[in-house]
Amino acid sequence: MSLNSSNKRSIGSNPVISLDSVNKCYGSETVVNDVSLNIQPGECIVLVGHNGAGKTTLMKLMLGLTRPTSGNIEVLGGNPAFTAAVAQHKTLGYLPESVAFYEAMTGSEVLAFYAKLKGASLGDCKTLLDTVGLSSAAKRRVGTYSKGMRQRLGLAQAMLGDPQLLFLDEPTTGLDPLLRHQFYELIDGLHKEGATSIISSHALNEVEARANRFVIMKNGVLVACGTLDELYKLAALPIRLHIDVTPGSAAQVAERLGSNVNISKLNDQSLSLSCVNGEKMPLIRRITDLGEVVNDLQIKPPKLDEVYSHFMQGGSPS
Amino acid sequence: MKMLWILAFKELKDGLRNRWIAAAIIVLGTLALALSLLGSAPTGSVKASAMDITVISLASLSVYLIPLIALMLAFDALVGEFERGTMMLLLTYPVARWQVIIGKFLGHVLILFIAIFVGYGGVMLIMLASGGSIEGWQAYVAMMASSLLLGSIFIALGYLISVLVKERATAAGAAIGLWLVLVVLYGLLLFGALVIDKEQVISQQLFSTLMLLSPTDSYRILNLSMFEGVSQAAGIAGVASSAGINNALLLTVLLLWVITPLIATLWVFQRREL
Repeated sequence: MSLNSSNKRSIGSNPVISLDSVNKCYGSETVVNDVSLNIQPGECIVLVGHNGAGKTTLMKLMLGLTRPTSGNIEVLGGNPAFTAAVAQHKTLGYLPESVAFYEAMTGSEVLAFYAKLKGASLGDCKTLLDTVGLSSAAKRRVGTYSKGMRQRLGLAQAMLGDPQLLFLDEPTTGLDPLLRHQFYELIDGLHKEGATSIISSHALNEVEARANRFVIMKNGVLVACGTLDELYKLAALPIRLHIDVTPGSAAQVAERLGSNVNISKLNDQSLSLSCVNGEKMPLIRRITDLGEVVNDLQIKPPKLDEVYSHFMQGGSPS
Repeated sequence: MKMLWILAFKELKDGLRNRWIAAAIIVLGTLALALSLLGSAPTGSVKASAMDITVISLASLSVYLIPLIALMLAFDALVGEFERGTMMLLLTYPVARWQVIIGKFLGHVLILFIAIFVGYGGVMLIMLASGGSIEGWQAYVAMMASSLLLGSIFIALGYLISVLVKERATAAGAAIGLWLVLVVLYGLLLFGALVIDKEQVISQQLFSTLMLLSPTDSYRILNLSMFEGVSQAAGIAGVASSAGINNALLLTVLLLWVITPLIATLWVFQRREL
């Protein structure tokens, strides 16, 4: 029941990453179960799923840190687990889930070390430290850094050398709202230059507007993959409408709208209605036909978190 | 090659930063100084230079100390990075796994080089400055070089432990165990067997082979037999060569002890999943 709309897309262009029936088992436990996925250049993919759904393992597989038990992975045209893929890492940025650094080094020393490995200029380090707001702490040992500061340093190292392919495992945990905003601006900037990114996140409302596609993982299985619209349709979640009516006329309006409408909330002057996607327009027409009694109409499409909980609760597409 | 130096210099800087190098220099320097003072005491009727005596006593103590220092430097090198999670990030950079091992190795050998050549070499300079005789300095320099080789062996062995175990604490325990076996017990057992062996089951051939197998014994023989003056002062002149052991063979054995654990480490690391 793996629903994979990416297959349609892959025809005609070369994917940056392609996974073909990838399995990963640790002992008897299957962490990644038959995942197939193609990621196109320039896409921003968001991986969502519960803790232990296999998101991190999926990233490690794409990075070549672990090898699949079965199935094929190609990243930038090669097997990421081979030594030959090492040269490709120049164009790659990775922020692990809980990033760890050499504690005894200062922030700027850590970044300079990574910059040298990547062949990035040391001038970049200064700029990046400024961007993530660590310039004042640059001369301090990383051991003294707070969780948020480490996360910022982690972001800085992932951004070194203008990466073309970014793997970010829960990048905004521990960041304050302003930094989150700056972080997404950085990512947007890289996307404008054609970078591809794979982000795993629990902050669904943050990533909702930014991702091209979402990959929903559950117990190692890819349960759904597609754009937000595609996922709405797959999930067949009801669309909610909220209407305000002249005080006291709510009951009357409910009656006039008929019995085939699901009225989920009712008080003196407002109504909450829901309908399936296909019946939205007829319902709206009926509401406008009601005349002046309706003061306001709000359409509330399902949010990503609703789509997410639909798939997490074992909801299958109808 | 550039990658190797970036990684090696990081280790070197770590060694300077955490005062590791400084501590090792002080330990080795103090030891060498104490022994050179003993060596410059009257040496009786045996015609031996102060330098020769120093080489003999320093080599006999280095055999214990250098492997310990090298293992302390190396046991944490890989397992520490696995445990802390820094290895994972490092491997997403454009470095091959073999470069990580060899780069670290170069860095750690460099640290040991500095510790030995500043610690031991400094004492030689002190002797020179204080007007003492440094006749036979070649044996002393050769002793420093072979000590570095001995240290490299235990760095490589330390890596093998480090890549095999799951926890740092296990690595530390295994390193101490390895030191006990290779440095202390092996020689003791060998000589013990020789003492018990009244019927001479152990031929001279077998005995010298068993000696050769141990890196520490090879190091000891190398230092005691490389130079005429030293071997006479040590009272083993001609013993090694009559047993069919020559310097080239000893050096080969020692080099094999460096290369083999390194290759084994690479082999394991290459297959390791993070």
